[in-house]
Amino acid sequence: MNIIVLIKQVPDTSEIKIDPETNRLMRAGVPSIINPVDKNAIEAAVQYKEEYGGKVVVLSMGPSQAKKALKESLALGADEAYLVTDRLFGGSDTYATSYILSEAIKKIGDFDIIFAGQQAIDGDTGQTGPSTAQHLGISRLTYVVDVSLEGEDTVIVKREVEEGIEVIASKKPLLCTVTKAINKPRYATIKSILAANQAEIGEITAADLGEIDKNKIGLKGSPTRVKKTFTPDISKNGEIIAADTAEEAAEKLVDKLLAKNVL
Amino acid sequence: MSLLYTEQQEELIKLVKDFAENEIKPYVEELDKKGETPAKELFKGAFEMGLHMVEIPEEYGGAGLDFETTAMIFEELAKVDAGYAITLVSTFVALRSVILSGSPEQARLFADIIEPGNFAAFTLTEPNAGTDVAAMKGTAVKDGDEYILNASKTFITNGEIADVYVVFFKTDKNAGNKGISAFIVERDRPGVTVGVHEDKMGLRLSNTSDVFFQDVRVPADHLIGREGQGFKIALNTLNLSRAFVGTLAVGIMQRALDEAIAYAQEREQFGRPIMKFQSVQGLIADMAIKTEAARALVNNTMRLMDQGDLVKKEGAITKTFVSDACQEVTSKAVQVFGGYGVIKDYPVEKLMRDCKVFQIFEGTNEIQRSTIARELDKEYK
Repeated sequence: MNIIVLIKQVPDTSEIKIDPETNRLMRAGVPSIINPVDKNAIEAAVQYKEEYGGKVVVLSMGPSQAKKALKESLALGADEAYLVTDRLFGGSDTYATSYILSEAIKKIGDFDIIFAGQQAIDGDTGQTGPSTAQHLGISRLTYVVDVSLEGEDTVIVKREVEEGIEVIASKKPLLCTVTKAINKPRYATIKSILAANQAEIGEITAADLGEIDKNKIGLKGSPTRVKKTFTPDISKNGEIIAADTAEEAAEKLVDKLLAKNVL
Repeated sequence: MSLLYTEQQEELIKLVKDFAENEIKPYVEELDKKGETPAKELFKGAFEMGLHMVEIPEEYGGAGLDFETTAMIFEELAKVDAGYAITLVSTFVALRSVILSGSPEQARLFADIIEPGNFAAFTLTEPNAGTDVAAMKGTAVKDGDEYILNASKTFITNGEIADVYVVFFKTDKNAGNKGISAFIVERDRPGVTVGVHEDKMGLRLSNTSDVFFQDVRVPADHLIGREGQGFKIALNTLNLSRAFVGTLAVGIMQRALDEAIAYAQEREQFGRPIMKFQSVQGLIADMAIKTEAARALVNNTMRLMDQGDLVKKEGAITKTFVSDACQEVTSKAVQVFGGYGVIKDYPVEKLMRDCKVFQIFEGTNEIQRSTIARELDKEYK
C-alpha cells in the first residue's frame, strides 16, 4: 500500500539576506532546499514503511527545479517521487495547490496515509496539507508527533496541542501534518545520493489528470489575492504599568484604555 | 576562489559537512583534551553513511566514489577534526592496498570485515624501522599451509581499534627491501595484542598504538601478492595515502583560515577591526594563497589517481607541499589571534598541534624530497 508524502522546495531562508537600502529580500543565489519540516514527514513515512511495509511515494508541485528536492527525498529513503508540474498550475494558491495535489494523489492510486510538514518556511500558511485532505474527503490530523498502527485499519496519532498531547484514533486513509518533534530525519548515505542522482523523476501534468476542473487551478482557480506586501514599521516600545497590586494595575490599564477610546 | 564542483559533489560535500558539524563537532574539544579515541558509537553515523569504504568499488561493498570527490568530502570532515577523518581514511586505504595488490578473494575477505562498521590498519613501522623500512625485524616463516608471524609494530594508526590489519614482515632476512612480504591478519587471531594509545601532541582523536604479533598463525592465502612484493605494495599504498593526508591538511588549513578571518573581523584594536590593518591582511592573504594552492594540488593528484596513475612523484610533492603549507597557515592563524591564539579555549592552537605530524607520517618530508628528486633524475635521463 502507498504511503504518500507531500513536500515543497523552498528558498533556504537561513541564507537569505535583506538589502539594507531597500529592505527587500535578496533572493539571488539563495539555494533551494526541501522545506525543513517536510524532511520529518519523509522520515515519518520511511519509518512507517519500515514498521508496517508499503511503498513511500513523494509528490511535490512546482517548477522543474523542484526535481532536485524530489531526488533528495529518494536519497532519504523514499521509493518513488513525482513532480506535479504544468504551466496551467502556475499562480496557484494553497486552495488550488491542494486541489491539484489531491487529484495527483488519486492518480497515484490507493494509499494508507499521507504525511506532510506542518507548514512551509516561505508561505508559512500551514494550509496545503489539511486542505488536500479536505479535497480527498479523508481525516486530517495536524501537529502530529507520533503515528502507530493498531490492528488492520486504525491509526493512533498523537498531536501536540497547547494543552498537552492529544491521542486520536483514526481509520485509514488519513493525512497527518507533522512537527519537528516527531523524529530526527536520517542522513542520506553516499550510496543513496549517487543512486538518487541516477533516478528519473516522473512528471504529472494537467493532461495526466483528465478529470481536473480547469476552473479550480492556477491563478484563475485561486481565491487568494495578495494586495500588497510591505515591511511593517518597527512597533513602538510598550509601556510597563507599575503598581503595588494586580488590581491597582488593572485599574490603571482600564483608565488608559478608556482614555484612548479602546474600551 | 575554489574548485569547480559538480552538483553531485556539492550535495555530497553538504551531506558530510552537516554530519560533521552536527554529530562530531560537539564532542571534539573534550576528546582532544582527554586524548581519547572516540568511542565506536561516534563512528556509527560515518559507517552508515559509508565513509569508511567510500572510494571502494561497489563489488566489495563500497560506494565506488572517485578519488577526486572522496578528497572533497574528507576535507569537510577534517575541518571539524582531522584525527576523526584519518581513522576512516586509514581504514579504506588499508583495504585499497589489498585491492591493488591482492586477489579478489583477499579483497572480499578484508572488505567483509570492515563493511559492517569496523576499522582497519596499515601496519608497517617498527621501533627501528621508520623511514628505513628495510631495517624491519618482523618475520614471517612458512610452516606447511601457514605462515608464523612475529613482529613488534609501532605508531600504528587505528592499531588498538582495528579488526583487521595489512602487516609487513620479512620473509627473507637477507634480501633487504626485496625480502619484505605483506599479509592480511585478523585481530582475533591468537597472538595478536595491542599496546596503549599514544598520548600525542595533536590528532588526538586518532588512535595510535603498538601492535604485537607473537607466533601468530595465518593461512598461506593471507599472503598478499607474492613473497618479496611487500615493499612495492607498501610504496604503492603510501603514494595514495599521501594524497589523502594532503586533503586532510587542506581541511585543517581551511578551518584555520575561516577562524582567522572571523576573528580578525570581530577583534577591534585602535578603534577598528584588525582585519583593516595591512599587516593582518598580509597574514590572511598568505593563508588563503597557500590554502587554495594546496587544494588545487591535491585535486590534481586525485584526478591523476582516478586515471590510474600511481602518483609516485605527485603524491610526494602533494604531501610535502601541503604539510609544509599547513604549518605556515596554522601558525599564522595563531598569530592573527594574538595572545588568544595560544589559549586552549580558542580553536586555532589545536589546528597547529594537529598539523605537525603531517610533515612526519606517511614518510617524512625529508625522504619525500629525496623521492621527488630521484624521480626527476630518472625522468630527465
